[in-house]
Amino acid sequence: MNQENELNRNPLIDGALKLYVVLAYLFVFAPILASFVFSFNSDRFPSIPLGHFSTEWYRAVAADPLVWDGLRNTLLIGGVVGVVSTALGFGAAYTDYRYRFFGKQVYLALALLPPTIPVVIMGLAMLAYLSRIDLSGNALSVIIAHVVICAPFAMAVIRLRLSQMDPSLEPAAWNLGASEWATMRHVIIPFARPAILGALFITMAVSFDEFAIAWFVSGLNETLPVKVLGFLQGQVSPRINAIGTFVFVTSMTLVILAQLLLSGRGTATGKE
Amino acid sequence: MRRHISLYGLTFSLPLLIWQLLFFVFPLVFLVALSFWTVRNFRMEPGFDTVNWVTMYGRPVFWQAYGTTLALAAAAAALTSALAFPCAYAIAFKLSPAARRWAIFLMVIPFFTSYLVRVYSWQVFLSDAGIINVMLGWLGLGPFRLLNTVGATMVGYLTLSFPLVVLLQLFSLVFIDRTLIEAAHNMRCGRLRTVFAVVIPSARVGLVIAALFSFILCFGDFVSPIYLGGGDPTTLSILITDTTKSGQQWPRAAVIALTMIATLLVVAFLSVRFAYKGRAQ
Repeated sequence: MNQENELNRNPLIDGALKLYVVLAYLFVFAPILASFVFSFNSDRFPSIPLGHFSTEWYRAVAADPLVWDGLRNTLLIGGVVGVVSTALGFGAAYTDYRYRFFGKQVYLALALLPPTIPVVIMGLAMLAYLSRIDLSGNALSVIIAHVVICAPFAMAVIRLRLSQMDPSLEPAAWNLGASEWATMRHVIIPFARPAILGALFITMAVSFDEFAIAWFVSGLNETLPVKVLGFLQGQVSPRINAIGTFVFVTSMTLVILAQLLLSGRGTATGKE
Repeated sequence: MRRHISLYGLTFSLPLLIWQLLFFVFPLVFLVALSFWTVRNFRMEPGFDTVNWVTMYGRPVFWQAYGTTLALAAAAAALTSALAFPCAYAIAFKLSPAARRWAIFLMVIPFFTSYLVRVYSWQVFLSDAGIINVMLGWLGLGPFRLLNTVGATMVGYLTLSFPLVVLLQLFSLVFIDRTLIEAAHNMRCGRLRTVFAVVIPSARVGLVIAALFSFILCFGDFVSPIYLGGGDPTTLSILITDTTKSGQQWPRAAVIALTMIATLLVVAFLSVRFAYKGRAQ
């Protein structure tokens, strides 16, 4: 394909386009890199030239009991959200894979639409509704709201994996005498396992970063991102960078784990 | 594979359905009811009163914020699409498959970094004594007021939606039938004309959907307009957070939220119709 294109290549235009790509990535990564650099910088008001290397923001964050509370909440909520939304997402993905029924479009819309609703609106609706049924202002309310927006991601990831499965695999197991439940346990779940684990990590990472809905419904049980929002509202402080770098490393670890599971073992057993 | 309803099937289908009905559909429906409730002595009372709609729609501030939000989100969608396109185009057509995989992987990373932290980082770049003004100072320029401007809000909107738009555009560009482009070249169609007459129309659905997502994200975002734009001009999302967080005026916030949903539905409907216009089905 590239060879045919060779005739029409103009090195000047290609070079300019490639330079543009580099600039675009620079724009995308500038704030991420700056946050990392300034988290180790001594200045109270970060700018250039840099001050000296310092871990004082990390120490300040580590000494703040509220940050630890936030971290505990975030991890607890993220863990539960990951498990629940992956379970729900798996059910929905399997439903879409296997069944055809009246109203399936509506079912799929419910399964996939929530992340497209603006978070302020979700936050307000959740806050009003959950406080009406006495579920607002605690960790449970954040879990409920996060599962709503995370389950679609789990569903998408697992659905993709199921579509790689040979459709005759399941009927073959039935013909050999396995019950539906046994087939689920010994054929489908093992096949989907990398995607299930991937979905678990991705939904945890999404919950880990979500601040707006959590801000509306969490009350006093703030998560770490809500804490960051508080820092942003109050006195500006490089502590945000320290937390941000920590959250970034955690999220990226989860995502890379998910990626390894999805691609590595996926190609080993799947047919791509 | 049509089968009768079984306990087995329901075990997998029902949990998500119940969850999304209880905690997604019901809250949104409740928002409609809430918008007709009244607030007396800082307490909400169920009822059916149009007072919130009348009050909010009677306020020039509301319509000003509405116009601002619409204009900012539309501008952001257009700007993001225009800036993302050359990038997506180059990744799709000018990079080797290996480099393309890396480019996609790198573009996914921002989704898992905190948007708040990135916005804070832009404050460091844009503030009066920030990185950009210091650099301009070396050239003997400035300092310029960069933070708390509409431009800064746009930078935030770009931070929010640029990676997603590049990826969505990229996926539609990758699936273009390349023989079409070859054909255009063979018939001596100019480079730029090929892009506008062949590539863009072929990828139209993806490009429009990408712009739509950018619009939705920016329309609902309150972080960039507050922390980069300085809260001025006010957007609908700022109005919602203010109305909700200060005091008990949730019914009025519900009016704003419902107006936003209605607007988004109209925009989404129009964009999808435009995207598929002239296509089969």
